[in-house]
Amino acid sequence: MTTPMVKFDNVTKSYGTLTVLDSLNLEIAPNEKVAIIGPSGSGKTTVLRMLMTLERINDGVIYVDGDPLTHMQKNGKLVPADERYLRKVRGNIGMVFQHFNLFPHMSAMKNCMEAPIHVLGLSKKEAAERAAELLDMVGLGDKKDQYPSQLSGGQQQRVAIARALAMRPKVMLFDEVTSALDPELVGEVLNVIRKLGTEHNLTMLMVTHQMGFAREFADRVCFFYGGKIAEAGKPDEIFNEPKEERTRQFLSAVLEAN
Amino acid sequence: MQLRPLAVCAIVFFTAGLAVSSFAGFREFIPGLLQGAAVTIQITVGGCILAMVMALIAAMAKMYGPLPLRWLAVAYIEVFRGTSALVQLFWLFFVLPHFGILLDPLTVAITALGLNVGAYGAEVVRGAVNAVPRGQWEASVALNMPRALSLRRIILPQAFVAMIPPWGNLFIELLKATALVSLITISDLTFKAQQMNQTTFRTVEIFTIVLVVYLALSVLITVGTRTLETFAARGIARGR
Repeated sequence: MTTPMVKFDNVTKSYGTLTVLDSLNLEIAPNEKVAIIGPSGSGKTTVLRMLMTLERINDGVIYVDGDPLTHMQKNGKLVPADERYLRKVRGNIGMVFQHFNLFPHMSAMKNCMEAPIHVLGLSKKEAAERAAELLDMVGLGDKKDQYPSQLSGGQQQRVAIARALAMRPKVMLFDEVTSALDPELVGEVLNVIRKLGTEHNLTMLMVTHQMGFAREFADRVCFFYGGKIAEAGKPDEIFNEPKEERTRQFLSAVLEAN
Repeated sequence: MQLRPLAVCAIVFFTAGLAVSSFAGFREFIPGLLQGAAVTIQITVGGCILAMVMALIAAMAKMYGPLPLRWLAVAYIEVFRGTSALVQLFWLFFVLPHFGILLDPLTVAITALGLNVGAYGAEVVRGAVNAVPRGQWEASVALNMPRALSLRRIILPQAFVAMIPPWGNLFIELLKATALVSLITISDLTFKAQQMNQTTFRTVEIFTIVLVVYLALSVLITVGTRTLETFAARGIARGR
């Protein structure tokens, strides 16, 4: 049995009295592609944000590649992680956001070079080579010197993917990455993700509303409802013969809207 | 964008020129008043630089510093915003010597005005930093950047653009406040004017020139900040 790349062990997240995630247990194998679906407010984005350390967890432990993410071993006990330890483990994870969050004052190239230079300590030349290679990979080789405001939403999102990949993460998180895009731009971003899935060894976790894509791309689909995984399984099982009534309702509502 | 202040500038200088040439009497006051204006400019520039440094330090300390530093920053901001600039000048000039600290008047002037305007500036910096979208912080965390690095490379450069217009206001406030330093024996523009007025009683000419010089200087600041604003906004293409 291999170590799971990501493991949520009884993780709970709440804001005051509102419990967003209720003792979540989830293991994701290396290289596995997991799609997270569910109605809004079901806690699916929170899963990614906790893993990226953008949200503190209230209880439980998250493990990344066997190491606890939010806690560290000290005298045989798990204590909350300090900043230094957090940064070490966090380096394994990359994230792409719904609203791209590119740095508006930097060109596409500089966006992809910033963290490799200042965080990984790459030389300017190495970082530039890596950035150029990745921008080529996402099909933006001719837009390297453009600023985010000069790019379409789809292009910006592809730069954001290249920027995250430049840090060489083992786990990539995609948080509704096509939700802010015009419909005709969704395809180009999904194509890049598809390509990543086949050409790179990456564990991927994506929150998505693109049911067609989830079905075709994911190894496993998790349906979140009310802060819990209501149902999980292979895409065919979830989409063709959902066991839970809530899953069925959600899927029919989504398909109807399309 | 920059045409309007330039036009105002032109009109001001034209009017001033006209006034000077049509009243021969104006001329004799010009050299003396320009000497005073040079001192005023010196204090304004020095004060502005100190104000920007103090504002940045105080804002960072208030937002991200450890608790004692945060208190210190809050105390600084509240004291210097909450008391009159004139009293601050007097305090540095007349009270500090009682504790054995003797500063020359020019140093007092620059320090007092710089600290005063810096306190307002700290809130400008804080507001501009807070106005940078949260997503920029989150993207830096996702790229594993330490906080100081994201602040320096990602957040502050974007906040800088939003800071320029309010800083233009503060620079003009500082320029006008320099008139107070005439009360601590510095021969700035206002001091020179009062001095000349006492010996010649040519009140109309003297204070008209002074008015025009202050106005011209403030228009200069406006033009400067506008130019900087356009320039910076071009560099930092806005968007998400």
